[in-house]
Amino acid sequence: MRAVVIQFPGSNADFDARDALGRVLGVHTATVFHRETTLPAGTDLVVLPGGFSYGDALRPGAIARTAPVMAAVRRHAERGAFVLGICNGFQILTESKMLPGALTRNAHQRFESRDVSVRVDADGPFTAGLRGRTLRLPVAHAEGRFVADPETLARLDGEGLVALRYVAAEGPLAYNPNGAMRDIAGLYGGPRRNVLGLMPHPERRAEAALGGTDGALLFHAVSRVVASAGRV
Amino acid sequence: MSEAPDPTREATVDEALALKLTRHEFERAVDALGRPPNVTELAVLSVLWSEHCAYKSSKVYLGGLPTSGPRVLYGPGENAGVVDLGDGWAAVLKIESHNHPSFIEPYQGAATGVGGILRDIFTMGARPVALLNALHMGDASRAATANTLRGVVAGIAGYGNAVGVATVGGELSFDPAFDTNPLVNVLAVGVVRHDKLVLGRARGPGNRLIYLGARTGRDGIHGATMASDSFDARQRAARPTVQVGDPFTAKCLIEACLEIFDAGLAVGAQDMGAAGLSSSTVELASRARTGVTLWLDAVPRRALGMSAQEMLLSESQERMLLVARPEDEAAIGAIAARWELAFAVVGEVTDTQEFVVTHTASFEPRDGATRPEAPAVVCALPVSLLTDAAPTYWRPCDAHARREDLWGVDIEALAFEPQTDLVALIGSPELGSRQALWRQFDARVRNGTVVMPGAADAAVLRVFCEDRGARYEKRLALSADSNARVGALDPRLGAALAVAEACRNVACVGARPIAITNCLNYASPIRPAAMTQLRDGIAGLAEACAALGVPVVSGNVSLSNETTLAQGLRAVLPTATVGALGQHRQPSDLVAMGFRTPGDAVFLLGPNDDPRLGGSAWLTRKLGRLGGEPPGLDLAREAALHRVLLAAAERGLLRSAHDVASGGLLVCLAEACIAEGVGLTARLPGSPSAPGLCFGEAPSRAVVSVAPAVEGLVRALADAEGVPMTRLGVAGGARLVVEGLVDLDLDALAAAHHRCLDALFEPPGAPDNRPETSNNQ
Repeated sequence: MRAVVIQFPGSNADFDARDALGRVLGVHTATVFHRETTLPAGTDLVVLPGGFSYGDALRPGAIARTAPVMAAVRRHAERGAFVLGICNGFQILTESKMLPGALTRNAHQRFESRDVSVRVDADGPFTAGLRGRTLRLPVAHAEGRFVADPETLARLDGEGLVALRYVAAEGPLAYNPNGAMRDIAGLYGGPRRNVLGLMPHPERRAEAALGGTDGALLFHAVSRVVASAGRV
Repeated sequence: MSEAPDPTREATVDEALALKLTRHEFERAVDALGRPPNVTELAVLSVLWSEHCAYKSSKVYLGGLPTSGPRVLYGPGENAGVVDLGDGWAAVLKIESHNHPSFIEPYQGAATGVGGILRDIFTMGARPVALLNALHMGDASRAATANTLRGVVAGIAGYGNAVGVATVGGELSFDPAFDTNPLVNVLAVGVVRHDKLVLGRARGPGNRLIYLGARTGRDGIHGATMASDSFDARQRAARPTVQVGDPFTAKCLIEACLEIFDAGLAVGAQDMGAAGLSSSTVELASRARTGVTLWLDAVPRRALGMSAQEMLLSESQERMLLVARPEDEAAIGAIAARWELAFAVVGEVTDTQEFVVTHTASFEPRDGATRPEAPAVVCALPVSLLTDAAPTYWRPCDAHARREDLWGVDIEALAFEPQTDLVALIGSPELGSRQALWRQFDARVRNGTVVMPGAADAAVLRVFCEDRGARYEKRLALSADSNARVGALDPRLGAALAVAEACRNVACVGARPIAITNCLNYASPIRPAAMTQLRDGIAGLAEACAALGVPVVSGNVSLSNETTLAQGLRAVLPTATVGALGQHRQPSDLVAMGFRTPGDAVFLLGPNDDPRLGGSAWLTRKLGRLGGEPPGLDLAREAALHRVLLAAAERGLLRSAHDVASGGLLVCLAEACIAEGVGLTARLPGSPSAPGLCFGEAPSRAVVSVAPAVEGLVRALADAEGVPMTRLGVAGGARLVVEGLVDLDLDALAAAHHRCLDALFEPPGAPDNRPETSNNQ
């Protein structure tokens, strides 16, 4: 698998994504600056990383949506190739309408940084073989409360596109860290579930030295799909 | 201020007094110049001779700090201290205060405190990797304290999270003395390869001064003077002197600067912090023994009609001044353009040792206007007058600053209820869990945080230092500590205890302390009582650092932390905040604080023979005020404890280690139980019914748990150093049982611990984070 991590001005977890993919998982990983208009030939996975692209001006992801590189990312997704949006990346995907709904201010109005438990609720390339499994992943965001209109929520559940849902865990803190509707933590989209947006940070929980390897499971899954199906 | 009719008009002594210079200082400047300064020069003088920039009350004592050592590459005097980490890499470390601005405007004051300390780190070419903060707030029961704390925490989070540097640790305490003068100290650390270090020197006459970052506005003008002054009832009117932070621009500036430095395009760099352009240019010239000419007409601005003074003194954030060879201008400009930052050549290095400023009052640099060819010289001052010749004072002091009048307390007369007292302490804002803060700080960004905040006595970071195919894993430990209450009873002891605790925390996680940075927060140096606290605090710092063999590599002094109120003067407790940096030899040296394995033997390392309770959380709570005789500090005992902890950790013998600090031994045991949810059955030696042995905060002690099989090995290490090792009990179960004193369910204890800050962070009626699923199913 060949991965690229998009770097917008204000991205800050682009390093984390390169670190997990490149150093920990041994995936060939390159950085693509927001001003590029094409992706490197042979790119299998595009990661839209966490951070505060363009300083969250207007709304998180609202300016990144218009970045030159996003046309190439959209084409990549439209032909069924893999796109993973983490945190701010998820916000960019909803702002780009590559995923439905919106990510709004956390219900408690504060930044929330801690571990959460999420259950894999849908099959797809990033979660192949993981359905039903509960993962422990960190979140760190102020605007992660997923909202959508009732029809969209019904469709997402009906079509099984809710990839990850916050679920009850031990401890004194509310299991849903931001008040997201239907406890939605991650969503599938794209023509063949090739786009995944999620608020938790799998790239920050991909090795034992950082407290666990649950995050690596998502990268391993998509990597296996790439290896078996070949490039799209 | 916006009207500056003639920037070269001769200044008067009254104008000097209005800018907080003394008559004597004004005369000193006139004598040195052989003429009165003009109004622009006076404005520059007033900020560079402020306490904040010139350290004029503290400098005569700071020379007593031990600042050298085999691992110190650069000590105080640079933008930050630099310590060798081995393999050609170094850590860059500094702590700074943003006390005054954080009271005036908590969010922006704290946010720009983060921004300012980060600039000190990346100015030197280092990638910032971690932030810590030390916060001293007022009476926890006051709504105003909650308001300030929420603003400060949100500001630190808002800036630190967005700029992408992990906030990994710190401390928080409360005392009414901080009601009108909260302390916000922020520590940052970065890493750099030795040969990529950039110093703040304007080397090479003919080289260019390059301005990079945000444009210059009217914010923060005379901020350095404000920060050098004490407060009165009108302080909130000073809000315009507080700068406004923009972490997005800061993030772009970090990336651009590190690219520029990595490509070897800068021969020097200095961030624009206090006193902005004037201070940064003067410091660059002073350190290199050169001169600079600054062309204000070229300075990028975000306001119209800015006067020379306003541009010289603006403390607009996220600005950097680079020194570069003329032939590298274009390459730097290209990197600036890539990161969409303001870029301009604003001056040049000269060999005149003068600080010369030119300006055309009528010129607005917009719409591609060509700069005037013959700007006026508005300031021409010898660099040395602004720096080396700045006044320093031996201010009047008292014999000592100990408050022995507060030491006498009848402990016997106080109710001692071990179990009730423990629950109250562990659930108090002073000692409870800091989760309410940690939840707002991104501790994980850059995948380097090895233990989460609060899980070990110090923050532990993993940094991969990579260059040209070589990769070295460095493990750093950091702790920021102070002891303000003991400091109030005995300033020298309080500062020394802060050093002891910071180094002990680092040793408890298994890392060797290698450098100290300090932030001295005191009241007005004009008052002998406060000046004596400062003098004695520095002495305590010096003796503790010398005895523990850890050099001071950087620091900051914040004075005049006091407010004149209708009911009288209110001054902060004298607070020396000490940041200790430690290094692990190897990843496996790491030790966390919580008991882990049922059946492990639990020991107290260190003496348990000093029952003095002065300044302790228990006694302060019982008395409702500060008092009592503080415990002693034997630095040789302290050093011996650290050696035992390190030797045991490096041999892999410790399952946990937690120092006995705020709250004393019972609180220490409770915290070690709560951390991992593993209980303890113990019996205290000696006469445990003495409150001093349960809740006294005597230093040089740590509680460790070890597998029974290695008990003898640990005891041998302790014996070799003469450190007492006392068996307390056995880890395991779901209760904390201390014979005859305490029998508590861990869940109840943990719940009290976790809720301790709820009243401050979750005011009644605030929206909670209940999910809305029920409305939408």
